[in-house]
Amino acid sequence: MPVEFGPDEFKTNERRTIVTRFWIFLFLLVPILGVGVFLWAPYAGVYLPQDVSTHGHKIDHLFTFILLLTGAVFIATEVVLVVFMWRYDRERNQDPVKFTHGSHNLEMVWTIIPAATLLFIAIYQMNAWAEVKIDRPDIPPTLKVTARQFEWRLQYPGPDGVLDTRDDIHTVNDLHIPVNEQILIHLESDDVLHSFFLPNLRIKQDAVPGSTIPVWFRATEIGAFDLVCAELCGWGHYKMKGRLTIESREDFENWLEQKRQEQEAVQ
Amino acid sequence: MSATIAHGHEGAHGDAHAHSGSFLTTYVFSRDHKVIGIQFLISTLLWFVVGGLLALAVRWQLAWPWADMPIVGRMLFSAEGGQISPEFYTMLFTMHASVMIFFVIIPILAGAFGNFLIPLMIGAEDMAFPTLNMLSYWAMWPAFILMTASFFVEGGAASAGWTAYTPLASVHQAAPASGTGQTLWLLGLIFVGISSMMGSVNYMTTIIQMRAPGMTMFRLPLTIWAMFITAVLQAFALPVLTAALFMQVLDRVLGTGFFVPEGLMINNETAGAGGGQPLLWQHLFWFYSHPAVYIMILPAMGMVSDMIATFARKPIFGYKPMVYAIAGIAGLGFIVWGHHMFMSGMNPYLGMTFMLATMMIALPSAIKVFNWLGTIWGGKIELTTPMLFSLAFVSMFIIGGLSGIFMAATPVDLFIHDTYFIVGHIHYVLFGSSAFAIFGGIYYWYPKMFGRMMNETLGKIHFLLSFIFFNGTFFTMHILGAGGFPRRLADPYHYEAFKHMQPMNQFMTICALGMGAAQIIFAINFFGSLFFGKRVGRNPWRANSLEWQAPSPPGHGNFDFQPVVYRGPYEFNSPEVDEDYYPQTQPPPEKGGQEKQKEGEQH
Repeated sequence: MPVEFGPDEFKTNERRTIVTRFWIFLFLLVPILGVGVFLWAPYAGVYLPQDVSTHGHKIDHLFTFILLLTGAVFIATEVVLVVFMWRYDRERNQDPVKFTHGSHNLEMVWTIIPAATLLFIAIYQMNAWAEVKIDRPDIPPTLKVTARQFEWRLQYPGPDGVLDTRDDIHTVNDLHIPVNEQILIHLESDDVLHSFFLPNLRIKQDAVPGSTIPVWFRATEIGAFDLVCAELCGWGHYKMKGRLTIESREDFENWLEQKRQEQEAVQ
Repeated sequence: MSATIAHGHEGAHGDAHAHSGSFLTTYVFSRDHKVIGIQFLISTLLWFVVGGLLALAVRWQLAWPWADMPIVGRMLFSAEGGQISPEFYTMLFTMHASVMIFFVIIPILAGAFGNFLIPLMIGAEDMAFPTLNMLSYWAMWPAFILMTASFFVEGGAASAGWTAYTPLASVHQAAPASGTGQTLWLLGLIFVGISSMMGSVNYMTTIIQMRAPGMTMFRLPLTIWAMFITAVLQAFALPVLTAALFMQVLDRVLGTGFFVPEGLMINNETAGAGGGQPLLWQHLFWFYSHPAVYIMILPAMGMVSDMIATFARKPIFGYKPMVYAIAGIAGLGFIVWGHHMFMSGMNPYLGMTFMLATMMIALPSAIKVFNWLGTIWGGKIELTTPMLFSLAFVSMFIIGGLSGIFMAATPVDLFIHDTYFIVGHIHYVLFGSSAFAIFGGIYYWYPKMFGRMMNETLGKIHFLLSFIFFNGTFFTMHILGAGGFPRRLADPYHYEAFKHMQPMNQFMTICALGMGAAQIIFAINFFGSLFFGKRVGRNPWRANSLEWQAPSPPGHGNFDFQPVVYRGPYEFNSPEVDEDYYPQTQPPPEKGGQEKQKEGEQH
């Protein structure tokens, strides 16, 4: 004869009370530690890296804006969950169960408010997107970047100022750009997909074989930063690393001239 | 309890099994939806182990790159001297994702739970097409075999990512594993698609045609609504993936060049005649694989709704809005695939359209969360193991849902795309949500499947460890991603800027190992309870839906009486009856019912 075994058999005793409190505390840890981790992250240096571009602060601002907004929703919903778990525990809740199938008004409230918020985020971010991906500057390209397994080939126009001519200057994994100038890159790939990722310039764009994709930005500070491949391109993906050097116009031209002479010497 | 006794069918248990058939047709090539469901369950749980071990190997490399793996290293990577090679690492994360998505989450939700629950919950004796149902399980086996075989071919298993982006995946010389391994992967997925399609057609037909008398569409449990809408998603999205998979097979075998541009040279070897476009693959792949994300979460949402109502002893808050939200997610799910491609070189204006649709899909998800909270409000909550997993689902889905908004905002995605932020997001949705709902569902429906309870104490220890270690492993991924830490790098510390993130990765790996170890407790509980679990009657949780009115386990044909449905599945603590539950099959009380109902409406 099978025995019935159900919620009522969970005995109401001291042990149950303690165990229930333990579970509620566990769920309370989610919002506490969740917020804690994000507060701690900047001090641990595991957060948005230094930004040296003119548009980057808009992206960082959006990130922070969405973080605060979602953070508020996160804390509110997780805390409500915990409070309900505590208040409406079978043992604590001595009132009769609210026999309700929902509330039309509440449904309207929590449909319209999030819908309006989401729509606001959607519209609010469009300008930043347009600045990085749509409003392409009307200038000749500063250089051409060709990605291939597993290196970045960079091609600067030579003294004639035109790309894809015989006097072009070629380097590998060594990307130099002048500071405070509009840069336009023509991004190509020789073989598979790659992604041109400059974390400190808040720039990411896949390189697609068969297409030339424009990438533009303006750097604001002198320094050396990483160029990362961010799209899986094969076994050597992890070592497809370049170096970005942002320097003054003068240093940039000196470097370019030096590269040109080295190249001529080889030829 | 009165309801089950009222039917008085306890003795019918034995008769239900009285159908003839050899061992082979009863347990192996069975056409019984319950056996097929359990076959799916056991197969997918075994693949869960494989996928989990692959993940642990990935974590090992991220914590201690190029270090000899203790104990198993020599055996697995003797060629490299006990270390993971970069080729092997790309294979590890590719196969981890492929196994978990195509062999675990999709088939366990649709194949195991869908199969087992649909006929029982709608009051049918079996699926509409039992033979097709059997074939849908056995079509998984060619996939299992092809995928297993791919580990042993030259170059190893597929290693171009689970997204198999072209040309890396489709050109032989692009990667060592883009040879036979990738072809076997593609063929394997075609079989998974055939299996899903057979299941999908069957589920739709069954739910539309085979409902018990009185079971209107709006009396269906939300699990069934979710399964129904998932089946519709499968039916419309899968053909596109199948076509794309065949095109990549043709590219590889016949050199058709659908996804390869003209004049492409890879490793000093021409990549065929070309004339194709690499982005075409991404559009076709995500046209299925984005709806697939919802295929992997909607049934879990349905199951969680059922469990939360049962253990809060309260009707679901906003049943119809819940149904509309599922339908809304499914509908919008078809027009958001481009949000995987914001950085791909796709038209940036088009990116804005996809962004808008993606923002809007957060809305039905939010509505569902609010309604779950509304359901536990004013209830009498009992924190059983399935309830703990269900509430953890809500808690984790809040995180997974909110982190999606970051990626939907195109300028933010520009920075966090292909970083650990997205890895954290996907695991909060697929592990913290889907897998937790699956665990909860197993604890909840196990007594119906096998007639015995799983051990509650072991279940709670399993929950505690999984919950803690899950968050320890994945929450930190969000800040790693904010730090720009890229995914899929065999050695991220090759970059100076990421070196200081290694201790955090070591912490995450230790948590991942703990999470893996916690699943041993689950395995012991699952298999041990088959023999030592406490025997149960029909309705151990005192729930309302139809499956609990059938014997545990139900015999061939499921019900030993003709179920007639009088009401929805969530009438807990109805003022019409004294019990705190009110099964769908229980006829309304003859007198005084009207007055009590009026009283109830005033509450």
